[in-house]
Formats: sequence, C-alpha cells, structure tokens
Amino acid sequence: MAFTLYSLIQAAILCINAVAVLHEERFLSKIGWGVDQSVGGFGDEPGIKVQLMNLIRSVRTVMRGGKFKFTGKHKDRNEN
Amino acid sequence: MDFTATQSGFRQRKLQPSMRLRNSPGDGPDGSQLFEDTSRAGPGPQAGYRNQQAGPQTAGFSGQTLLSEPMSNLAMAYGSSLASQGREMVDKNLDRFIPISKLKYYFAVDTVYVGKKLGLLVFPYMHENWEVSYQQDTPVAPRFDVNAPDLYIPTMGFITYILVAGLALGTQSRFSPELLGVQASSALVWLIMEVLVVLLSLYLVTVNTDLTTIDLLAFAGYKYVGMIVGLVAGLLFGKPAYYLSLLWCCAAIFVFMIRTLRLKLLSEAAAEGKLVRGARNQLRMYLTMAIAAAQPIFMYWLTFHLVR
Repeated sequence: MAFTLYSLIQAAILCINAVAVLHEERFLSKIGWGVDQSVGGFGDEPGIKVQLMNLIRSVRTVMRGGKFKFTGKHKDRNEN
Repeated sequence: MDFTATQSGFRQRKLQPSMRLRNSPGDGPDGSQLFEDTSRAGPGPQAGYRNQQAGPQTAGFSGQTLLSEPMSNLAMAYGSSLASQGREMVDKNLDRFIPISKLKYYFAVDTVYVGKKLGLLVFPYMHENWEVSYQQDTPVAPRFDVNAPDLYIPTMGFITYILVAGLALGTQSRFSPELLGVQASSALVWLIMEVLVVLLSLYLVTVNTDLTTIDLLAFAGYKYVGMIVGLVAGLLFGKPAYYLSLLWCCAAIFVFMIRTLRLKLLSEAAAEGKLVRGARNQLRMYLTMAIAAAQPIFMYWLTFHLVR
C-alpha cells in the first residue's frame, strides 16, 4: 500500500473533524455519552468509556473556536 | 576566475552562504566598488567575501588594500552578525519543537551496546534481567545499560530497510528511483500510525507509566532489524528462507516486546509473574500483548511484497 505522509495528514484532519462535529444534544446524550454523564467516581479507575468521553469533549472544545468561524453553519444556540 | 576562490575558500563559503556576493568583473568606478576583481591579480584570495577566519591568510599578501577599507570591514561584521543571529533563532525555534537534549540521550550508544542489542533482538530467550537501571532518578544512558531504549538502531534500521527494499526491487527489475521514496514514506506512515495508536490506547487505559513518545518510537523501530534479516535471507536463499527467518524474527520480537513492556506497563506485582486479578490488570495485559502482536503483523505486511 503506497501511503504518503499527505494521506496521513488528510486522514487525521478528517478524523478530528468527525469528532468535532458530534452534536451534544442530538446525539451524544442520546447514547449516554454526554458531558453530564461522565462525572463518575473519584477513584483512580476512570474506565475506558469515561476516558473516551473526556477525549471527545476535549477535542470538541479545542476545535470549537475555529469551527464556528469556518463552517458558517447555524450552530445550536443552546449549546454552550 | 572563480576557481581560485573555490579551492581555497570552499569551507568558508559553505559556512556563510548568506555572505556570498557576486563579483562581476569591472563593475562601476573604483570608488564605489567594494570588491576588486582579482581575476587578473593571480592566485590572491578573493578577500572581498572572506570572513574573519581568513584574516591570518590575507595578512601575508602585500598590496591588498581590501581589508583596510572600512566598508568591507563593516560588511563583514554585519554579515557575520546576521549569520549568528540566524543560527540563534533556528536553535531556539528548533528546540521548541524537537527536544534536542532529550534526543541526545537516545543516541548515546557505542559499538558494544549496539552489538548486544542486536543480538537481543534476534535471540531474547537467554536474557534474564530486563530492568532499566536508573541513576538517581534518571535512566542511565544506553551505553551503560543494554535494556535502555535507543534511537540509533531504529534509525539505522529504517534507512537500511529502505536500501534493502530498493535492492530487492532491483533484483526483480521493478526498480525506479521514485519507488524508494514511496517505500520510505509508506513505512514512515505506518510507523507514525503505530506510535499514535499505541499512545491513544495508553491514554484510554490510563496506565501510569514513564514511557515517553520517543521510547515508543524506539520500540516500534526495533522491528526493522527483523525485517532486514528476513529480506536479506529471502534475497540470498529464496522464499522458504524468507519465511523461516521472518518466523524466527517475529517470535523473537514478540518475546522481546512482551518482556520489555511488561516491566513498564504492568503493575509491580503482575510484572513479577504473579496472577493479579482485577479488570485493570487484565486490560493492561491485553494491551501489552496487543502491542507485541502488532509487531509481527507489521513485519510481514511491510516485507511480503518485496520478496517474490
């Protein structure tokens, strides 16, 4: 398979974009991966699901500033 | 004309390329001419665009009024200060992206270490003590400890792999120079993806480990040694030899990775071989096995299309 560095960068950007456009209300809460459902125990065992949810939330938070400017789509105003 | 300069000034020219100024013969009146045209002057060095290191050389030549001109002094001083500023800026910015001092640790190897490590990569079954020794909280340099990861073997292995791949393609008359670049970028992409996936899985399983990214890069790069052995055997003796040696090297790398990662990823008790129950320890064990099992897969994937 002839991968190039450029295809890797492309794939990475597309993956991050996919994670960034996951909608909080319409999707994540419905499948139980919302922000309010990740406050688990305070022990040292967060578990994979909580880690994943934290990762998704942090990617979305980091990407949010640029996303609003560049996509120009109408974002849900309730989502803050 | 230019040959005298290149002979005697080559090294200085390479050091300060920003200072090179064209010397077109006979340009302008004498007053505004900064550098005299020495093509008529014989073997005198073209001192116009020399830096200070050539000072002692030019002192011996009489009749050269160039260095006494204040303009050329100014030009030389300005040029050298520009160059040193540029170098400082590059150093400072480069250090921000690539930690140079940390990288130096990984290249502090010597021949004995490399020999022992290569032997360990192909035959890890007799080695008993896999712990990395520390010296007051910092890991000891690879020169003194055969268990420490280094970046020299992976780098050299990568480059050798590309060369051997080119050789293999050449013996099958499938070679073209672009293919070398294709092989190189393909292998690099797989390496980067592997390191990223391992990093992601380490984050998800919340392992408290002191494995850095560069350590993971080093461990991922150790498989190139096995790949090269397999490829060379395949080139010399044909396909059965390729499969046999690849099988041997896959098993060796599998054992090597498990024994090395066991100490770093698993908790203390589990690393010593006792069965520790608990979901987290099981998860860590699966993770170690998955990382180790990915190595033979990559080794086969990156080499099978080269041996026909």
